[in-house]
Amino acid sequence: MSHPVQAAEFLQDAAKAKWHDETLWFVRDKRDKISHTIPEWEQLRELASKIKDNVLGNLDIYLEDFERNATKNGIKVHWAKDAEEHNAIVLSILQEKNCKAIVKSKSILTEECHLNPYLEKSGIEVVDTDLGERIVQFLNQPPSHIVLPAIHLKKGEISDLFHEKLHTEKGNDDPTYLTQAARVHLREKFLGAKVAITGVNFGIAETGEFVVCTNEGNADMGVHLADVHIACMGIEKIIPKRQHLSVFLRLLARSATGQSITNYTSHFRSPAAGREMHIILVDNGRTAQLGRETFRNSLKCIRCGACMNTCPIYRRSGGFSYESTVPGPIGSILSPGLDLKKYSTLPFASTLCGSCSDVCPVKINIHEQLYAWRQEITKAQGTSPKSLSMSLGNGIFKSPLAYKISGTLMRAALKTLPDSLIYNPLNTYGKSRDLPELPKESFKDWYKKNRG
Amino acid sequence: MSSRSEILGKIKSLKLEQKPLPETPVFAVSNNLEESFVKSILSNKGEIWTLQELEGKIQSGSFPKVYAKVPEFKSFSNQELPSDPHEFADLDLAIIRGQFGVAENGAIWLEDSDLGLRAVPFIAEHLAILLDRNQLVGNMHQAYQKVGMAESGFGLFIAGPSKTADIEQSLVIGAHGARSLLLILT
Repeated sequence: MSHPVQAAEFLQDAAKAKWHDETLWFVRDKRDKISHTIPEWEQLRELASKIKDNVLGNLDIYLEDFERNATKNGIKVHWAKDAEEHNAIVLSILQEKNCKAIVKSKSILTEECHLNPYLEKSGIEVVDTDLGERIVQFLNQPPSHIVLPAIHLKKGEISDLFHEKLHTEKGNDDPTYLTQAARVHLREKFLGAKVAITGVNFGIAETGEFVVCTNEGNADMGVHLADVHIACMGIEKIIPKRQHLSVFLRLLARSATGQSITNYTSHFRSPAAGREMHIILVDNGRTAQLGRETFRNSLKCIRCGACMNTCPIYRRSGGFSYESTVPGPIGSILSPGLDLKKYSTLPFASTLCGSCSDVCPVKINIHEQLYAWRQEITKAQGTSPKSLSMSLGNGIFKSPLAYKISGTLMRAALKTLPDSLIYNPLNTYGKSRDLPELPKESFKDWYKKNRG
Repeated sequence: MSSRSEILGKIKSLKLEQKPLPETPVFAVSNNLEESFVKSILSNKGEIWTLQELEGKIQSGSFPKVYAKVPEFKSFSNQELPSDPHEFADLDLAIIRGQFGVAENGAIWLEDSDLGLRAVPFIAEHLAILLDRNQLVGNMHQAYQKVGMAESGFGLFIAGPSKTADIEQSLVIGAHGARSLLLILT
């Protein structure tokens, strides 16, 4: 399947697609409003970007520092070169603890590694505890947005789902009522889990600690009740010093949801007495991306989702149309590095308007990288049908006479040509594009008559 | 070869250009820290209470099971700190003291020594935090200067109650953790 095919499917339900578009724009608008209250906003973005430049140039050193300091503090550090090894490490810890049921807070990395199905195959019950993630887990779906996992669902659908799974009243779609039902259901899971898994927002080389941000408090509910905490972290999440958290935390929640900070920002430096803390440092394609000069900066991403909320394509095609763990503009520059063929349509799922780059809190040049991936993909695939019709058009613009004649001809022709020819499958440009109303005369003729 | 040396080896072999760490400049902060802090807490859906209001509520029986870590409320505390946090599953109210607050976002800094158990501020139905009104900083840069190189095993900024907007972006207070954050400035 390709992005355009999936997007067309999403757009079948026009009312829901409109709601999706407007709701994400509302989140984008909140981000704008709160960022405008911080006079140094642009300086913060620049600082964050430069700190990440420094990190990417010294990643080996910072990872070694992190490992040394975390180990000193009593955290057990593991290294995984790929998803498979990551999953195997998690499973081996669970088996060692004889653990059959775990709770997990939001972690895009474990989605990327497909940890849930892997553990379930070994008979382990995995409960995602973020409300949105629990909802999509009930539906056997992946999250459709990295910050708002269930943004593709309406409350009526969630009401039906909870009626089936949690025996809530049929037809009661009040969000407070539904959230309370989930609270009761998940409370039981929190109290019963011996091992809790979390993602990581930031790992700090200087102190060997890591930081997890949530609004729901689900990460903390899980780990402080469990005997063992396993944190899963992509190696690019490292920052050099504790004081740098100030820059990233000022940007993260404001960019993500337009709030000044998440209600819980937890710093894990060492396990509580009698408990265990593990961290798995995962590569899974990140060192390869680090080696691609044009695309290296994509590793600066702090997973705020702002580029998705602003993207005219994401808003109108939904997260599932990308078929990659991270959807939207940032996903479209990260995923081709993992599998160029599978994700070959993603860099084309963009108007190249640049809004993603404008809102990115770490100043990733997302739209430029989208453009660069298109070239990589075209090189790998040969000439695309779109470029064929574009190069035909190009010849007309090169000669003034050809342009003049073709204009007159086109105005005459478009009126009489049947749609079947204009929207011919060979003319890929006509696909999902309508032609404008035709003017009676060219601008040149109009100018001669009125101003000449 | 271990994955550790494979990953580190790959990075080292790239011999990437080293770019300097930038210095964070000093940014201006609110000239009325308390006013900004209160505004921030309220917008995070925290509540501002007085000592007397909380005392009154406890006396009226609103919170049957109370754990107070702070001397001001020791006489109201009817729960001992257990060794296993599961025993606090039905705790109605926890009262703790925060170290300092951040005006720009309403975040309050807490460490292991302030909590008793790490689960306390999450597992309690309601959370009251006492905070010295003279312990406020302007922004997160000042906040981390104050945290410095503190060596607590766990450190935490709390800025409001547990909340979610995962159902149609409708804000709901009381997701998994404390249903309210009652802030008392002393």
